[in-house]
Amino acid sequence: MSNPVKLITPLNESTVRKLKAGDQVLLTGTIYTGRDAAHKRLCELIDSGKKLPVDLNGQAIYFVGPCPAKPGQPIGSAGPTSSYRMDAYSPTVIAETGLRAMIGKGARSREVVDAMKKHGCVYFAATGGAAALIARCIKSCQVVCYDDLGPEAIHRLEVENMPLIVAVDTDGNDLYHR
Amino acid sequence: MGNLKIAKGRDLQDAIRHVPYERVVNEVAACCMNAAYDLPCDVVDRVKDFLNSETSERAREFLRQYLENAEIATTERMPICQDTGFAVFFVEMGEMVKIDGGSIYAAITDGTAKGYQEGYLRKSIVKDPVFNRENTGDNTPPIIHLKLVPGNKINVVLAPKGGGSENMSQLRMLKPSDGKEGIIDFVVEVVTGAGGNPCPPTIVGVGIGGTFEKAAFLAKKSLLRDVGKPHNEPEYAELEKEILERINTSGVGPQGLGGDTTALAVHIEKFPCHIASLPVAVNLNCHAARHAGFEI
Repeated sequence: MSNPVKLITPLNESTVRKLKAGDQVLLTGTIYTGRDAAHKRLCELIDSGKKLPVDLNGQAIYFVGPCPAKPGQPIGSAGPTSSYRMDAYSPTVIAETGLRAMIGKGARSREVVDAMKKHGCVYFAATGGAAALIARCIKSCQVVCYDDLGPEAIHRLEVENMPLIVAVDTDGNDLYHR
Repeated sequence: MGNLKIAKGRDLQDAIRHVPYERVVNEVAACCMNAAYDLPCDVVDRVKDFLNSETSERAREFLRQYLENAEIATTERMPICQDTGFAVFFVEMGEMVKIDGGSIYAAITDGTAKGYQEGYLRKSIVKDPVFNRENTGDNTPPIIHLKLVPGNKINVVLAPKGGGSENMSQLRMLKPSDGKEGIIDFVVEVVTGAGGNPCPPTIVGVGIGGTFEKAAFLAKKSLLRDVGKPHNEPEYAELEKEILERINTSGVGPQGLGGDTTALAVHIEKFPCHIASLPVAVNLNCHAARHAGFEI
């Protein structure tokens, strides 16, 4: 297998469009967490034309609900959750915010892949179930908004060399539908 | 009543064993933490076996990551997976034991709250499935399957269950004429249809027979068996093997990204059945087949 591509957030469209399904990536920089409940709120704001509590332009969303941090640790275990549950929301978020990457596990719908192709957004797979290992790449974690959602709040993470695989690229090549 | 000896009055009082409420609470709390941190040895060994036979390099890398992850989790006392699950308990309660200070249900509920809080485990339960999806904040209520047994012991097994693999589980009421082939086709369909979502390689729990809810219970219970230990009846052991081979030639692979290791094992549990029915339940578990238990 070839050497991993090192990427630093924020990401621009041309960088994202160069990535190919199967590429290994090490991601560094700021990323945001979000699961079903947070996506639902973001889409309700978008639908009603209101400003979002977080600027996702050029950013990556990691589908994760982390464990609480033990004292002295930045975060608890933090592996990806199944991405298909965000399929209802991702096309809107991609089209309306300039989001450049999603990180999760499992296949995406045709509507999501179409939005990724059209707007230039990539889908990375992280290793589901390797949550303690992934937590080692996360250097800080702060709640940005929706604290009432507990583990489903939107967090800002600083990550270093987070190991990912390009699962679906901006041409629609899809490792889940080989 | 024949020769049956019945303890009465003071005899019965003397025969009943008393266990303090707090002892059960503390044991349950410790169980919640240990289950979250320690991947059982049988799972680790099974992953190592498949690492040897797997032919895809990407798949082997995932299996290596699972072993490294398990090592970090157990050493640093942190959860194997961030989804520390719904706390599902299988309890065998002796007829001659009493918990002083509260019910077994209350003790397990309090122990769950304590364990998830003190162990920095994720709280994943919402109050209402449809109208008020507000987090309960302490991962309660647990699910408790209670069975009354002879004796004066309390035996508890906790199998925390994550949402990812639970969501991909299914039940179908087959016709008796569907038979063995119908069962195989259904199980393979569930596992391959789930793709990468349940975090394969999975352990595939299959409950056959009984009623609608009994089949689901059997499928869940089968996941408690040591991974890869065959059914004790040869016909069923053979069926487990046949289904596993079909699943592992599907190419789904670890994380759904290709390979030979889609499932680590198929476990079947069965029960007598109505003349009209052939219920089959498939309960998937990710590689984190966590369980912990205690006996008092």
